[in-house]
Amino acid sequence: MLSVGDFIVLASQKLRKQEARASRRRSIDRWFGRIGLLFTIGTLGVLAILLLNLAASGLTRIDWQFLLSFPSRRAAEAGILSAWVGTILLMIVTASVAVPLGVAAGIYLEEYAAKNKWTDFIEINIANLAGVPSILYGLMALGLFVYQFRFGQSVLAGGLALACLVLPIVIVATREALRTIPAAIREAAFALGATRWQAVWHHLLPYSTGGIATGVILAMSRAIGESAPLITIGALTFIAFLPPAPILAHAPFVSFDWLFSPFTALPIQMFNWVSRPGEEFQSNAAAAGLFLMLITLGMNGVAILLRKHAQRNIKW
Amino acid sequence: MVNPIPAAQVSSEKDIAGVEVKPEVKVEIQNLSFFYGKNQVLRNVSLDVPAYQVTAMIGPSGCGKTTLLRCLNRMHDLYPGNRYEGSVRIYPGGTDILGPGMDPIRVRMRFGMVFQKPNPFPKSIYENVAYGLRLQGMNKRRDLDERVEKALRESALWDEVKSRLHQLAHNLSGGQQQRLCIARAIATDPDVVLFDEPTSALDPIATSKIEELIVEMKRRVTVIIVTHNLQQAGRISDRTAFMYLGELIEFGETNRMFTNPAKPQTEDYISGRFG
Repeated sequence: MLSVGDFIVLASQKLRKQEARASRRRSIDRWFGRIGLLFTIGTLGVLAILLLNLAASGLTRIDWQFLLSFPSRRAAEAGILSAWVGTILLMIVTASVAVPLGVAAGIYLEEYAAKNKWTDFIEINIANLAGVPSILYGLMALGLFVYQFRFGQSVLAGGLALACLVLPIVIVATREALRTIPAAIREAAFALGATRWQAVWHHLLPYSTGGIATGVILAMSRAIGESAPLITIGALTFIAFLPPAPILAHAPFVSFDWLFSPFTALPIQMFNWVSRPGEEFQSNAAAAGLFLMLITLGMNGVAILLRKHAQRNIKW
Repeated sequence: MVNPIPAAQVSSEKDIAGVEVKPEVKVEIQNLSFFYGKNQVLRNVSLDVPAYQVTAMIGPSGCGKTTLLRCLNRMHDLYPGNRYEGSVRIYPGGTDILGPGMDPIRVRMRFGMVFQKPNPFPKSIYENVAYGLRLQGMNKRRDLDERVEKALRESALWDEVKSRLHQLAHNLSGGQQQRLCIARAIATDPDVVLFDEPTSALDPIATSKIEELIVEMKRRVTVIIVTHNLQQAGRISDRTAFMYLGELIEFGETNRMFTNPAKPQTEDYISGRFG
């Protein structure tokens, strides 16, 4: 027989055990937090060192002369004018192809397509496309755009190659953005007699602009740093001229000749300089890299601002 | 059951012989069955919804009352694998809204709908109400202003929002948002307004405002309301349909049904023995 006193002793033993277990669980919890923090600091630290290193050797090279000069055999006179102009033109082509196609495909898959085996198959393959190594897009572009369509080693071929590369990113971003809109909003529009297109155009697209724009900018900042597909299709590494201007002083005032012009781009210019001997070319490469990085960071910043701005009025 | 008297000629008055005749029928549901894929959710439902009255649909969860409501404005067409059988005729005219060649978009213009949770568009109060009108091609500012004001007055929201029509609808309280959704649904002058448990997300005060509004509304439109709340059905409806396992068990005047139900299942449900 157990007395009342025994029961009290048993109960307090149980409490002590629970307390011991709880404090062990708490300490595991605390340790995980510390280790996680350490890893985060480590990762960010490596990134910071990379950036600082680049800045240390490149920052002094960035000036107007550097931005406004063509490449040169003399490192001190060389600049990145043809490279950044080429990059901007490439991005114009890439965006104007990838955005309409990707957004339209995303809308179709999310809002129109029936959910069946075929759409599942397409969905999986879009995810796969996002993982295809970029050099394969370069090979495809070389065969298709450069030789088959005879676009040559041009801005157009390069832009199209990059557009193919980022198309899956735009599609996925569009679908994700559309998916955050509650079904109740779609039903509200349909219940008033809207067609699918009206629901998309009046509601779904405006409410998902922030998400789509963010995805597009992230896709562009992926494209801007790509060099493999451009090298594959034959972007030049030494260009001392600019593509023809898109705006003319005489009728018809616009020209698309620049689309067929040979080009270079920032990553390629950088690659070219890195592979040269000599301290000075190395610091040119670092400067070009720094400039590219600043553009990318700037684009990501814009993406964040856009998302904040577009979602200011929208809460579900 | 087929309505024996042509819809246009009946009234809710008693005729000379003192026999009560049916009130004018607005929506005549005949042998309606509904399938989600292979799953039959509604079984042979036949029901005459009277015009200018409030008809409540009650029944335990999963009995098919919301499914039935959503048949009436063809909301099920939005999702694949759904199939209707039977007919739903709307009077005057007697067009079968489930009939072949019937455009769901035209159906939805005659049936307004208010949902379970307030779902205003993330646009201004004004644009929320004007949207249905814009869809129907109204784009003159003066016409829109007039109809928006009318709808907001009819949903008892005008005085609360007239000074901030162009502010976001999401800044309104839950009850105000739901009244805004009512305004949005009635702005286009639909024949019937469908309510799918409109007060289940609202507090008691907001609920009673919506209930008042529904009772007030039946002078102008026919109302069909799905509700989980028996007291609510008792307070606001003229007729009640009790559904169970996809079948219509009983349909009749609300007072009679709550005091003297004809079927044992109805009595069990109303007295709280199940559900």
